[in-house]
This record gives sequence, structure tokens and C-alpha cells, in this order.
Amino acid sequence: MNFDFSEDQKLLKEQVSRFLADNCPIEIVREVLEGDDFYSEKVWKGLIDLGLTGTTIPEEYGGLGLSPLELCVIAEELGRASAPVPFSSSVYLATEAIKLFGTNEQKENYLPKLASGEIIATFALPESAMEPNPDNIQSTFSSGKLTGIKMPVPDGSYADVCVVVVRDKTSDSIRMAIVDLSAEGIEKKSLSTLDQTRDHAEIIFNNTPSEIMNSSGDGWSDVQQILDIAAVLISFEQIGGAEASLNMAKEYALDRFAFGRQIGSYQAVKHKLADMYIKIELAKSNSYYGAMMLNDNGADLKIAAAASRVAATDAFNFAAQENIQTHGGIGFTWEADTQFYYRRSQVLGLSLGSIASWKNKLVTQLEEKNN
Amino acid sequence: MDFNDTPEENDFRLEVRDWLKNNAPKEKKAGGYDSIDVQESALSRARDWQAKKAEAGYAAITWPKEYGGLGGSSIQSVIYSQEESKYNVPTGFFDIGLGMCIPTMMAWATKEQNERYVEPALYGKEIWCQLFSEPSAGSDVAGVRTKAEKDGDDWIINGQKVWTSGAHFCDYGIIVVRTDPTVPKHKGLSFFFLDMKSPGIEIKPIRQISGGSNFNEVFFTDVRVPDTQRLGEVGEGWKVALTTLMNERLAIGVPKSADYSSLTHLAKDVILNNKPAIKNDHVRAKIADWYVQSEGLKYTKMRSLTSLSKGETPGPESSIGKVVSAPKMQDLASFAMDLQGAAGILNDPDMSLMHSIFQNQWMSAAGYRIAGGTDEILRNIVAERVLGLPQDIRVDKNVPFNELADSR
Repeated sequence: MNFDFSEDQKLLKEQVSRFLADNCPIEIVREVLEGDDFYSEKVWKGLIDLGLTGTTIPEEYGGLGLSPLELCVIAEELGRASAPVPFSSSVYLATEAIKLFGTNEQKENYLPKLASGEIIATFALPESAMEPNPDNIQSTFSSGKLTGIKMPVPDGSYADVCVVVVRDKTSDSIRMAIVDLSAEGIEKKSLSTLDQTRDHAEIIFNNTPSEIMNSSGDGWSDVQQILDIAAVLISFEQIGGAEASLNMAKEYALDRFAFGRQIGSYQAVKHKLADMYIKIELAKSNSYYGAMMLNDNGADLKIAAAASRVAATDAFNFAAQENIQTHGGIGFTWEADTQFYYRRSQVLGLSLGSIASWKNKLVTQLEEKNN
Repeated sequence: MDFNDTPEENDFRLEVRDWLKNNAPKEKKAGGYDSIDVQESALSRARDWQAKKAEAGYAAITWPKEYGGLGGSSIQSVIYSQEESKYNVPTGFFDIGLGMCIPTMMAWATKEQNERYVEPALYGKEIWCQLFSEPSAGSDVAGVRTKAEKDGDDWIINGQKVWTSGAHFCDYGIIVVRTDPTVPKHKGLSFFFLDMKSPGIEIKPIRQISGGSNFNEVFFTDVRVPDTQRLGEVGEGWKVALTTLMNERLAIGVPKSADYSSLTHLAKDVILNNKPAIKNDHVRAKIADWYVQSEGLKYTKMRSLTSLSKGETPGPESSIGKVVSAPKMQDLASFAMDLQGAAGILNDPDMSLMHSIFQNQWMSAAGYRIAGGTDEILRNIVAERVLGLPQDIRVDKNVPFNELADSR
């Protein structure tokens, strides 16, 4: 029985944790929230210097050639720090999409630049306030040109490259295309969102030059595959964020006195914190299995990814909201740090589509497995 | 990351598998201890099986060899259980004795006493029970009122215990009693082991809301116990009881119950809003929630086993099992009954869908949320021992027991 990360992976986690503690304290997150920057360039640069943007990129393309398990431990620490960087868009989504569905030429062109941090990439799927599905994707690709509106696109205001989910007019099917975001025929508008420490933009493509990517033949299932990978990785960010929230709530409950005693000695508060812990452990266990399936490219990946997502979203949303509740009035002020996790929990929880649809997807997969 | 055995674990598994193949009873139904009204034949089959296991060293894998154990590791013990669970072997008669009572004896009794009692218990010749809970001392078990008074070289016990599994077929028991009511709660307790056939002991079954009877009330009227059967010093009974309770958290779990897959099965058969219920988004969301909880617990167990496999103590995550699974049993059953509409109230297995598994589970779940630590106590344990939050303020802490508002 070896259902745990390896010693090397734990060492990497420790290293990332130390780097973020030194270079990405919560004040840095606040600077991004309050300032004009879309992200913390300094933190991003540091992650690049550690080689982390190339974690799973094969060595032949200049990456570290490590497994997705390494990405999981990195994700947990990024989530714990609520790091204001485009790691999830560029690494979990775009890089994985290019690795899996890029043509050889696209891989040679983009992967080395992604590994070295020369470019930031993102992934554009939704187009409106509607759950995307293969029938309502309106963005089209035809003769090397892309037209349509994508929003919200994470880190879309400043990313260099975007993998866009499109309807390919020639085959009348869903495909992915790569676009250089500095190309002509692109309009970008930064959006006001719940979490301004993670930029989101609306991008309008108007006959924008782009390249179609490979497909397994079922483009929508290709997209789902990318989402499943990202679901497992983001669930580790959610776990890190949830643990940070629980820790903050615990410290406050020990520190704060009411009616002559620590508020952490009241069962109403203790049980709330115990419930946070329980949800986090359930999420962790589901995500460990998700990580294992991701690493093995196992048959249960779809099920495990959906389960990781459902459990981790529940854990982080609960921990972030109850952290504010534990703090009382002070937790609702702009000065308090509780807001960073509260904001981030919704951004991560909604980033890959609603939980209602992931639950449905989970049960559909279970039905298929048992039929 | 994998669920595979190490080469040593695999060797042990094959050895166990081989032994079970040659030795496990072939009967279809072995008859475990699942009701008080236990048949003598079931008990005797259980004793035979226990003796066979003990002979091979598998009855107490982690115990030292001097006590008849295998001197093995916790992971070996888990491997044995995994393999044994594939057979219909008798279960449930010796768990409390070997899981809680004898480990307490090993920690506190004299060498001679252990030489006398450990082996017969291990071989299933003598069965033990635990006498802690009382009508007025449940979660607050240190509030016991059953008293023992010194009389020469003996103690005289008077009072009542409750929720005692197996008391009616047990030979010995361990008991915590009040020997000094004039000092605060935890300081006035002492701990004994006693012969359950002693004069003055009367045992009555408790009938549960499920209709079944799994436990007893045990009444003590002038029961005489020699002072030599005291474990620990007079007034230090709580310290001894903690040894037992530590082991209780390892021993008590929730049985395998109807889960998301049973619910899915039901949802395909019943109609909701003119469609099979499985097509309903709300039903699907509920199935997903319970799937995630079940899998979460399953893989939490794998994480704990990984620690055991490495020879480490499992982390605090192992403490969440019952507080998640017992309410889930109840909620899931309740939801499944709701899907059956008015007929959800039927509990005649011949008329009710899926032979009333959900109705029965709903009834028994109410007990599992209480047994071996209520949901509330378990949350306190997580908050205090895992998260390090302070204990509740205890108004009875420094007050003599006989001056407490509710003591009689």
C-alpha cells in the first residue's frame, strides 16, 4: 500500500511552500487586489526560475519531464498562498492541451517557450453566462481564421497565447485552435470579477489568424479530457486554500475571547471547525485518487476527476465562508485577509463549470462504468 | 502511488490466503453475533474458529509472542482481516474482549493474572465484556455512579451498567466504579475485572427501537470482588479506563451498509415526476454527494493503511470515519425511502422495495450515530485532539462528585 506522494514529491512541496512563504505572503496578494497589475510578475518569475512552469513538459522541449503528481503538490501550495499568478491557465489547461492535442510543430513552437516562461498561455471555453456544451459553442474556425467571443477567459488580459474551443466549419465539429493573442483582429476587455487577484477578460476574435489543433475525432471529449486533468489539479489548489482558511479560523478561535473565554472553546465554533476539517480530509482523499488516476492515465480518471472536483469545491467554499463567520465582524472588513480565500474559492469553484454539472457528469460516468 | 502490497506484505498475504483456504469453515452462514438471542451452536462454531486462529497465531497478530500473538505489524493485521472477510467466518464474539478488555489487562494486570486470563480469551474459551456506560453516564462516562465499597480484602459493588454487548454469554468483564464520591468526578474512580457469574449480577436484554436486542443492562447487588482484581491504584480508575477507551476508537466502526450503488439501483426502479428517478437532477446530485463521501472514506482508509505499511502511526485523518459514515447511513436511507413515496413506510421485506434494506438501515443508523461516541463527541474529539482547540469549560471539574447538582 503506497497511497501517498513520494519523498521527492514531498520535498518539492516543501520547497515550493518555502518559496511562497518568502515571496508570496498575503500582502502580495493584497497588492494585486488593490493595484493595477493583473498578476504578481515577481512571484511568477520566481516560479519560472524554479522551473515549475515546465514541470510536466518533456525534457526534449525544455521542461523537467516530471509527472502530474509533482503538479499536484505544487498546486496545493499555490492554493494555500492564494498566489496571484496564471499558473492554472498556463500550466494545467493550456500546456496540457498543447501536450495532448498540439501538432508536432505546435509542440515545438510553444512547449519550450511555456517551459522557459517566455510566454503565458490560457484556455478559452465559455462564451456567455451559459454552461458551454457542444451545441452552443458559437466561436468558429474557418480557413485559418477564428471569429467569436470568449468570456470569461482567465488571465486573458495579458496572456500571450490562447487555446480556444471552437466549432470547425469544415468538419462541423468541436475542435481546439491556438491563437497568438498579439495577432490582429483581437479586442480584449478586462472584466470586473469577484476575485481581482486573478484576471479574467472578454476576448473578441474577428477573423483572427489561428491554427487548428489535433483531435481524437471527438473534439468535445478532447475538451472534457483537458477539463478532467485541470479538475484534479485545481482540486489541490482548493485543498490548499481550504486548509489555509481552516488554519486562519483556528488561530482566530484561539485568540479571540467572548463572554470571558476563547471562542474556540464553544462547541458551536468547535463543531464548525471540525466540519471544515472533515470536508477537507474527504476532499484530500478523493483528490489523491484523482492524482493517482491522472498519473496512471487510469480508467477511472473521469470519475475520479469529477469526485475530486465536487469534494474539493465543497471543502473550499465551506472553509472560506465559515472562516469569515468565525471571525465575526472583523472578518467582513477590507483589512481582513479572510476575503482572499472567500474570493478565490468561488473563482476556483466555478472555473471549470458549475458543480451541478460536475455531479451530473459523475453519475453519468458511474452509469457508463456499471453498464 | 499505488495500492499494491510491498513484497513482504504480499508474502504474508499469500501465506494467510493459503492458510484460510485450508482452514476456514465452509458453511454458507456462519452466524455472527448480530443479535442477543445468540444460538449456542453459533457460539460454539465461533469458539472453534477462534481456537484454530489462535493456534496459527492469527487471532492477535500484533500481540507479542509471549501472549500468543504473532508479534506482527498492524498492516499484517489488516491484511489478515481483508483476506478473512472473503470467508463466512463467525464474527463479533471476541472483538470487545480481545480489542479492549485484554489489552487493558496486559497494560495493568499482574504477570500471573495475564498468564491466567490472556490465553483462554485468545483461544475463545473465555469471553469478556466491558462495563462502563450507565443510565446516567453515557458520553460523560466518568460520571458513573455504580459504587464499590471496601470490605476486608474484597470490594462490594452495587449499581447498574448499560449497553453491555454480550454480557449474557461472557465469562469476565472489566468495570469502572466509584470508590470515593467525596472527591471530584475523575478522581474517585477505581477499575476492576470480575467474574460475570458472580452472585448478585443480573443481566437483562435491552430492546432497541429497531425491535432487535444487541445489548444488555447489568445490575449489581452486593457483588463481591477481591481487591487482587483491582487494576491500577484506588482512585486511578480513570487512567486505566483511558487505556480501554483508546482501544475502543480502533474497535468500533459502522457495518457495511446500503450506499450510493443501492440508491442508484432503487432510483432506476422508482418513478418520480413521470420518469425513472435516476433521470432526476436532484436525485443524481444526491447520489454524487454520497459517492464522494463514500470514496472519501475509502481513500482516507488507504492513506491510513499507507502509514501503517510504512510502519508509521496513521495521521488524525483516521478519526473522521464514523462521524461521516453514520449520518450518511441515516440520510441516504431516509432519501431512498422518500423516493418510494407513501410506500416508503413499509418495512415488510416481502412488500417493501429492495427487501426493506433502507427502512432497516434508517432504524439502525439512529443507533450508530450514538454508539462508541456520538456525532457531537466525535466532533469535539476532532476539534480538541486534531485541531488543538480548548476543552469546553467543565463546571464539575473541581467539585466533589456527591456535591454535583445532578448526583444522587
